[in-house]
Amino acid sequence: MTLRHVNAVIVGAGAGGGMVAKELATAGLSVVLLERGKWYSAADCRKDDLYNQRTSVLGAKFGPDEERNPRVLVDARGRETIVPPSDGAYSNNAACVGGGTFSYGAQAWRYLEKDFRMRSTYGAVEGSTLEDWPIGYQDLEPFYEKVEWEMGVSGDDTGNIFKAPRRKPLPMPPLPPGKEHQILQPAASRLGLHPFHIPMLRNSVPYNGRRSCMRCRWCVGFACEVNARTGTHNTVIPTALATGNCELRTGCMTREILLDSAGKATGVAYFDADNRLQRQTADLVIVSAGAVESARLLLNTRHRLFPNGLGNRHDWVGRNLQGHSYSGANGLFDHDTFDDVGPGASIAICDYNHGNPGLAGGGMLANEFIRLPYHFATAMPPWVPRWGLEQKEFIRNYYKRTVVIFGPVQEIPVFDARVQVDPKVKDAWGIPVARLSGGRHPHTVEIGRFLAGKAEAWLKEAGAMRTWTRIPGRSLSGGQHQAGTCRMGNDPQSSVVNRDCQLHDVDNIYVIDASVHVTNGGFNPALTILANAARASANLLRAWKGSKAIA
Amino acid sequence: MPSVCTGFWRAPEVRRRTILAAGASVAVAGSLIGLTRGRAAGPWRFFTPPEARTVDAICEQFIPGDRDPGAKFAGVVNYIDIQLTRAFRKHRQAYRKGLAEVDSASLAKFGKPFADLPPDRQSDVLRGIEANSKAFFELILAHTCQGFYGDPRHGGNRHMVSWKMVGLPYPPVRGRQHYEGA
Repeated sequence: MTLRHVNAVIVGAGAGGGMVAKELATAGLSVVLLERGKWYSAADCRKDDLYNQRTSVLGAKFGPDEERNPRVLVDARGRETIVPPSDGAYSNNAACVGGGTFSYGAQAWRYLEKDFRMRSTYGAVEGSTLEDWPIGYQDLEPFYEKVEWEMGVSGDDTGNIFKAPRRKPLPMPPLPPGKEHQILQPAASRLGLHPFHIPMLRNSVPYNGRRSCMRCRWCVGFACEVNARTGTHNTVIPTALATGNCELRTGCMTREILLDSAGKATGVAYFDADNRLQRQTADLVIVSAGAVESARLLLNTRHRLFPNGLGNRHDWVGRNLQGHSYSGANGLFDHDTFDDVGPGASIAICDYNHGNPGLAGGGMLANEFIRLPYHFATAMPPWVPRWGLEQKEFIRNYYKRTVVIFGPVQEIPVFDARVQVDPKVKDAWGIPVARLSGGRHPHTVEIGRFLAGKAEAWLKEAGAMRTWTRIPGRSLSGGQHQAGTCRMGNDPQSSVVNRDCQLHDVDNIYVIDASVHVTNGGFNPALTILANAARASANLLRAWKGSKAIA
Repeated sequence: MPSVCTGFWRAPEVRRRTILAAGASVAVAGSLIGLTRGRAAGPWRFFTPPEARTVDAICEQFIPGDRDPGAKFAGVVNYIDIQLTRAFRKHRQAYRKGLAEVDSASLAKFGKPFADLPPDRQSDVLRGIEANSKAFFELILAHTCQGFYGDPRHGGNRHMVSWKMVGLPYPPVRGRQHYEGA
């Protein structure tokens, strides 16, 4: 069955796809936005500490469906395991309207200038595909600003002497500092560091018709009860729908991109919410399914001209899968640090993002969101027995007396950290699933060790009696900050899309999500995904000459 | 229109039906084949009464009662039993086999089933399980932690004993009241 032809079909209603839908629909293009998950509201989602986006021991709350969407993980020894979405190795990001932005912590970071020029700054790193972005900070700056003001970011980075230049301040003040902030701020200053308030896609005051944060403890991983946290589901997607030019279809699993004999895209084939195969024809196809699924969709699109998958003539699709190697430390205090005032995370430093001796990069450091009791019990210090009275005693005494400082280490990309499509395993619709393999670069672990040491020093200065570090090893990265699998670049032989996020091989197909990130910054990537989506949309619209004509 | 999010309690059945309707074969579903039906005579959904006694005793070793209640009072066995018919269906075999091992280790060493041993001998047996049946040990330890510290709606943490222990004030969504001006 063929549906009414539209100008653009977008696969995935997360950060990237949501933003593109709004930009295109507002400009008057007809848009179909396909999302495999559901459209939740806060009222649908009871707070549940065992069943949410962050703690998925009883399932992946915001999708995808546990039994219909397996993936294959290949470990360092070559053993294959079929993993469901609730498994940590699955590298899940939420599958729902809003994508990760529906349940994230909402940190809204601009990357730094050097984050776009990692290769120029640090030179080649052995065993890595470290490279510069084909665009610079100055190309994204106007779009960072646009997202900050249109969607609404609160915070105050005036104390951050390392930040890249900005023309306008953030539109909303930060939330008042909580107890951890008050403990950590003077300690950082004593150490000569430069602490400031984390920018967040979160209303600290009423903004754009939505209310302000009520500061509950159920933040990261959960639906926002009062719609104060900002994602594409409560901003750009409703705006896109309000234009009358955009139709959102949920429960729709895209199988492949349809190509004509010349290799030009004509639309997509997808299974609708009733599992019926549909064809949506369109002038443009925008792939915004997240780093794993976007790569999977390209690789599952086979054609005479692209026998190894769409856009994959030079074997770069699915390569360089990265995320963030969260490294840091926990500290124990002899007084209560817990004030039960959410979201918890509020203070950060950028002193260690760059310029660290002997290291190619670094990362931001910030305090952690509120730990719920189960989450707390999974992060015991190495000297406490793992079971028995002593462990219980520790949790009783210290639940309210810890501070955690962590940072997203900017990862050193690895060519063999990759997404393929599995030759045997298929999902519930018969589509070959993503097959994940490879691991982190050893230098990423080194940077993590450095950053964890700095976190410990900060905690000790703040009065921690005892600290312990956590540093991820060399296992495969990805997860909620997944990125890198459809690299943006000027050279078609060593990248998948051009600087406008347009596939080198087919000019009416775009990839617009974190897949295109060459490197992923030492920060949470959401604001950069949104800003780049706004930028790519603006360039697309400039080239748009009406149906069937993209210059 | 926002679609209604299926409640956790009903989710597994709905999921299974969806799969059949789609006529699909998912590789992970294969793991369900060949398992015992699980519904035992007695008050439990999956465990036999002796198994439940063993689980109860193991969990209490992991999180013993002292001035605050332990895993037994919190009903951690209830949490695990419920989840073995839901999210933990894939672990049924591991429990059946693992619990049998605990009892046979206990019988071999002290001549009694695990649940009948005094606490110090129970922890002795558990240290042996920790060394020899690592996978099962880790599984039931993690599940115990979930059942004790997690939300009571899943069958454990009776009367929110662990939340009271760490001093986490009620209501669970702190902020809602002052936000609503109540």
